[in-house]
Amino acid sequence: MRNDPGDARPFIPRDLALHPAAFDPGYKTSVLRSPRQALISFQNTPTEITGPMFGHDTIGPLDHDLTRNWAQPGLSAIGERIIVHGRLMDGEGRPVPDALIEIWQTNAGGRYRHVRDTYVAPLDPNFGGCGRTLTREDGSYAFMTVRPGAYPWPNRANDWRPAHIHFSVFGHGFAQRLITQMYFEGDPSIPLCPIVGTVPDAEGIAMMTATLDMDATVPFDARAWRFDIVLRGRRSTPFENRPEGN
Amino acid sequence: MARLRETPSQTAGPYVHIGMVPTFAGVENTYPEDLGSGPLYSDGVKGEKITIKGRIFDGAGAPIRDACVEIWQADADGLYNSPAERRGLSDRHFKGWGRAAVSGDNGVYVFETIVPGKVPLGDGRVQAPHIAFWIVARGINVGLHTRMYFPQESEANAVDPVLNRIEHPTRRATLIAEREGNVYTFDIRLQGDGETVFLDV
Repeated sequence: MRNDPGDARPFIPRDLALHPAAFDPGYKTSVLRSPRQALISFQNTPTEITGPMFGHDTIGPLDHDLTRNWAQPGLSAIGERIIVHGRLMDGEGRPVPDALIEIWQTNAGGRYRHVRDTYVAPLDPNFGGCGRTLTREDGSYAFMTVRPGAYPWPNRANDWRPAHIHFSVFGHGFAQRLITQMYFEGDPSIPLCPIVGTVPDAEGIAMMTATLDMDATVPFDARAWRFDIVLRGRRSTPFENRPEGN
Repeated sequence: MARLRETPSQTAGPYVHIGMVPTFAGVENTYPEDLGSGPLYSDGVKGEKITIKGRIFDGAGAPIRDACVEIWQADADGLYNSPAERRGLSDRHFKGWGRAAVSGDNGVYVFETIVPGKVPLGDGRVQAPHIAFWIVARGINVGLHTRMYFPQESEANAVDPVLNRIEHPTRRATLIAEREGNVYTFDIRLQGDGETVFLDV
C-alpha cells in the first residue's frame, strides 16, 4: 500500500533522540544557533498534516541529470559518473509517491558553484550542482550526477567534509519536511566528520550512507549508489474521528 | 511489522541556496525560476494582501545571513492547498507555500502573501490565523518549526490551542508579529533573551 497524498491522518511524533541535538559543540556553528528552551509539543493540526505538493509540470526534462543540466549542449560535467537512486518511504515501509526531492552538491573537485565558496579547487564550466525530481508511484527516484569531492571547512583546523550530496525532501505533510546528507559507503572521512557525528548512533549514520549498487550500474557508463529515505509515517486513526490520534 | 526509523536530519549547510534558491547562489538558468519565489498569490486571490519580513538572530544577537525560510499557510477561508485538505477546495489563486533566502547583506527575509483564515481542529477548538515557518541554515542540525500569529487577533489568539500549550505567557508573545499597516515584522531569535518558541510538530 502506497501513501495516499489525500491521507489526512496525523503523523507519528518524531523521535528526536534519533536526530542530532540542536547543540553540538563539535560542530561549532551550532553553539550560537541552537535554542536553549525546550520545543513545545502538541498534537498535529491541519497545518502540519497538510503540505505543499508539486505538479509534474514543475520539473524540466533534465532537472534530475546534473551531468547535463548546466552543461553546454553536447558536453557533460567532469568526474566519476554515478546514478544515485532509491526509494522514499514512510515508517511503515510504504512508498511516498509524487514527492519533491531536491539535491545539491560540489563538483568532482569539492568546489561548490556558490558565490560564497572560495575553495582553491576550480569550478567545472559544465557543472552547476543542483537537481530535482518527483518520486514515482512506487516511491522510487533517480538522479544522474558526478561523484562530489571532499572539501575542507573552517571548523577545527583540519576538518574535511566527506563526499556528500545534500537532500531536501518533501513528503505530503509539512511536518515531514526533512533535510539530510547522503554519504558514500567506504569513505574514510565519514567517522572523522563533526557534522556526521551530530547523529547520535551508528545505525543513523548507516541510514545516511549510500551503498554501491552493482545491479543498477550501467556497464561502461555509470556506477550506481542506492540511498533509501524514510519519512515519518501517519498514525492509524483518522484525524476527523479522533483528533488526538492513537 | 517493525516500524522503520526516520532518516536522520543533517544541517542544510551554508550552500543550501544552490539546491533550494539557485539564483541566490549564482546558479542561474538551471530552472526557469526559484521554487517558491514571488508572491504566494496570483491575481484574483481572496483576502487581504500583506508583506511579512523579519530577521533571524543567533545567540550573540547577530542576524544570520545564510538561512532559508519556508512558510505554509491556509487561504483566506482557512483551507490548505493540499490533497489532504478534506473540508473543501482552497483558493486556486493561492499557493499556500513560499520559500525565501534571507538577504546576504542584512539578513532580512520577505514574503508577499495574504492573511490566512482561522483553521478549526474538528473538535470545537479553532486555531487563530497563523503561518507555519520552517527554518534551515548552517549550524541548525534539524530544521526549526515555529508559527507567526497576528497582533490584531487577540481574541482568537487567547483561545488558540497551540499558543495555550506554551506554559509561560511571556513566551507566547515571541510568536506574535508586529504590525505596521499591511507590513508585518516577525523576527526570530534562535537563542537567549526573547528566544522564539520552537515547535515539536
